[in-house]
Amino acid sequence: MKKTGNNTIDTMPLEQKAAVRTALRRADVVNFIKKYTMVIALVVVFALFAILTKGRLLNPQNLSNLLLQNAYVLVMACGMLLCILTGGNVDLSVGSTVCLIGAICAQLLANTGLNAVVVILICLAASCAIGVWQGFWIGNVHIPPFICTLAGMFLFRGLGRVILGSKTVAIHDDLFLSIFASYINIPGLDSGKVKWSAFIAGIIVAVVLLAYTATSRAKKAKMDYKQASAASAFGKIIVIDALVLYYTWKLAHYKGISVMLLWVLAVIFIYAFITSKTAFGRYFYAVGGNEKATKLSGINTKKVYFMAYASMSLLAGLSGLLVAARIGSVNGDTGTSFEMDAIGSCFIGGASAYGGSGTVPGIMVGAILLGVINQGMSIIGLDNNWQYVVKGAVLLVAVIFDVVSNHKTGKAG
Amino acid sequence: MPRPCGVRKQEEVLNLADNILVMKNITKEFPGVKALDNVNLEVERGEIHALVGENGAGKSTLMNVLSGTYPYGSYTGDIIYNGEICQFKTLKDSERKGIVIIHQELALIPELSIGENMFLGNERKGKFGIDWDRTYHEAEEHMSQVGLKDSATTLIKDIGTGKQQLVEIAKALSKNVKLLILDEPTSSLNEEDSRMLLNLLLEFKKQGMTSIIISHKLNEIAYVADKITVVRDGATIETIDNAKRDIDEDRIIQGMVGRELSDRYPSREHKVSAEVGMEVRDWNVYHPVYTEKKVVNNIAFNVHRGEIVGFSGLQGAGRTELAMSIFGRAYGANISGQLIINGKEVKLKNEREAIEAGLAYVTEDRKGNGLVLNDTIAINNTMARLEKVCKRGIIDVDKENAVAEDYREKLKTKTPSVKQAVGNLSGGNQQKVLLAKWMFADPDVLILDEPTCGIDVGAKYEIYCIMNDLVAQGKSVVMISSEMPELLGMCDRIYVMNEGNMVGEFTAQEATQEKIMAAILKSDKNDEKKGAVMA
Repeated sequence: MKKTGNNTIDTMPLEQKAAVRTALRRADVVNFIKKYTMVIALVVVFALFAILTKGRLLNPQNLSNLLLQNAYVLVMACGMLLCILTGGNVDLSVGSTVCLIGAICAQLLANTGLNAVVVILICLAASCAIGVWQGFWIGNVHIPPFICTLAGMFLFRGLGRVILGSKTVAIHDDLFLSIFASYINIPGLDSGKVKWSAFIAGIIVAVVLLAYTATSRAKKAKMDYKQASAASAFGKIIVIDALVLYYTWKLAHYKGISVMLLWVLAVIFIYAFITSKTAFGRYFYAVGGNEKATKLSGINTKKVYFMAYASMSLLAGLSGLLVAARIGSVNGDTGTSFEMDAIGSCFIGGASAYGGSGTVPGIMVGAILLGVINQGMSIIGLDNNWQYVVKGAVLLVAVIFDVVSNHKTGKAG
Repeated sequence: MPRPCGVRKQEEVLNLADNILVMKNITKEFPGVKALDNVNLEVERGEIHALVGENGAGKSTLMNVLSGTYPYGSYTGDIIYNGEICQFKTLKDSERKGIVIIHQELALIPELSIGENMFLGNERKGKFGIDWDRTYHEAEEHMSQVGLKDSATTLIKDIGTGKQQLVEIAKALSKNVKLLILDEPTSSLNEEDSRMLLNLLLEFKKQGMTSIIISHKLNEIAYVADKITVVRDGATIETIDNAKRDIDEDRIIQGMVGRELSDRYPSREHKVSAEVGMEVRDWNVYHPVYTEKKVVNNIAFNVHRGEIVGFSGLQGAGRTELAMSIFGRAYGANISGQLIINGKEVKLKNEREAIEAGLAYVTEDRKGNGLVLNDTIAINNTMARLEKVCKRGIIDVDKENAVAEDYREKLKTKTPSVKQAVGNLSGGNQQKVLLAKWMFADPDVLILDEPTCGIDVGAKYEIYCIMNDLVAQGKSVVMISSEMPELLGMCDRIYVMNEGNMVGEFTAQEATQEKIMAAILKSDKNDEKKGAVMA
């Protein structure tokens, strides 16, 4: 296709050739903007707050906190994506699950002599149980997800408060805190002011990404498969590498790499892999795109729903542990409206409100965009209430953009 | 009472009889399909005019043009109603002139009362909001005109389909109807209710109302219609006079199906193997919601390897229900019977097991049940057997694209790339993707439900060629189609179903359209007897 296109251009008169080229370039620009709207928005918003905060946003501590404060959003958005993929369904109970699991964890650590690892396993098992509970009703009994998870929102919040006895329970267990909230510290390497381990990790990641791109391109070239041009593929990876290096350099000048960051990255990596590479992940898109056709293709749609909500609760439970460790205590209001952050991130990040489309990298951009807005406004010292107004406006604009641009291309029904 | 109109038009009108409606040279195209081609229809004031024709002949399209469902501008030709040229842009426009259409699927809201439904979108308003007293009073007035004695506050879901149909007619009366159009009004009614409805139409006729009725039931048409217009392939073929009620049903059938078969079907060596690919015995299926209703009744059939077997019948004959119930119980409740594939009896619990047993069901509803329109051709292509391009659950995207590329070439699917979203393709190409999807599942028996529905002639031919290739490979093909010529042109054997029963089996040599139609109609008459006994 491409070849013939070029040939016809070559046979044209010069002026016409130039006109066609600019037209093509303009189409490319439009496509680029469409594809990376949210990334561009993130860059713009980030630059805006960097200026408004007079560079304070770029402090190593602030950059480190940007991800750690939003760790729970990043983790839960991954699970929420699966729910939304099945047809725009959401899980409203995750904030309450955070509270319940946090409560179980805090009480076990405070009142029993159990080892922190055992407590963590109990908590994850409990969140699995919550997931099975919700997945069963939604997947097998066809209770509408909105109602089932709304019920869960009350149920789990209430249970959490009962377990806490309406008190704030503090966490002092060192092992527990070190599993979730400590920083990597390699003696010798990280003893000085600069935590070199962080930057070295950054370099390793950057090199691996570059090598992976090169080898997969080589493989495709060998098999004679179509692929994107070298400039765009390497350009993209170089930008990502630069960001990784910059970020880890900043981390190195604060406290180094947080263990929590590793947990978050692990979840993101697993979900990105599942959704983009596996048959199991493909089924979530299929169910959201056309449930009847998916069922007639021999795919167990009940199981797809079940797994979406089961995995969501598991991640909510993990978030509960992360939040408990970061704050160092749990009370009856822990996790309030977390579900909205997770849902918001997905929609801002380009997940379709009708289901069937959305990617993990996309919703990560959405989550970080929300995080930047939050943190930027906090640093400026803007009233907390205004932050809600801005978040709401951003969410609305993002979804309007999604719906309108999809209608123009005639995709959404 | 003819309305005043321009002089020039009056001349035209004068030499016509007292026609309430003249449709002139109506042509309506859908992307790739000419649904109506220069159709002419004249309806005299105060008569009952019947429209007959096969499924997809264009009857409903014609009525949708008349009622403004397809707005003025989306078709060419003139609609002259009461002597003036009308340009209806919406349903409301035509209703204002007294043209009311009642569709086959009733447009009533089950959770609302009869009165509320009757004035939906046309509410009787008082000073403040809706005047409910007036609503129910007027509703009951119109209901008494159609012989309904229920309270107007009864919910629609609490009355039977027969009465619902009457509510629709009462609703039409409330709109001051002059020309009533009924699309298959008796298709879901029992014999008694049907008769009542037809008598009601005759009663209205005495009062001077004009009706157009679309129906497959020729005995009913013979009973009620003054004139019968035959529609075939998007054109009106003839109008038969039935003022004396002496029409011969065979005469109508001949008009309905009387087209010649040319080489619209690719030739094929008929090499039917003695081996039976699939056999079904004593198959019974009940409706999934109304579980006392039997939709498939004691069906038995078989298909050999290398054979194309056709299933003929009218809409609602139970063919799709039969096929889907066989395909891993994708439809129905209380399914019983034996299913034998390649000589072994199998019990299929779900669609996955059906696919693994070597079955494929290619749905008639490619957009609703067949394809994920937002996803790419490649993704759709592998969906029924994704594991074939997977290694330990991980999709080999390159292999998947290669597979899709392969099928694109084989089936000559017209698309710039297999990464194109299926929703952007034309109907014929979507159908090819759907076929590719099921061919990739590598079945032994393919059930194709209306495989050429809504696609143009060229694409049809290519689909037929694909079918021939499949049987040449020794696969068995079951083809459900409402187009009789297509069945006659493609099949080795044809089964005929009607209302859940098997009512005939013909070999390719002995089958004719008249025989198939006769088998269906004969069984309708048997049903009448049965219905009478039951009543």
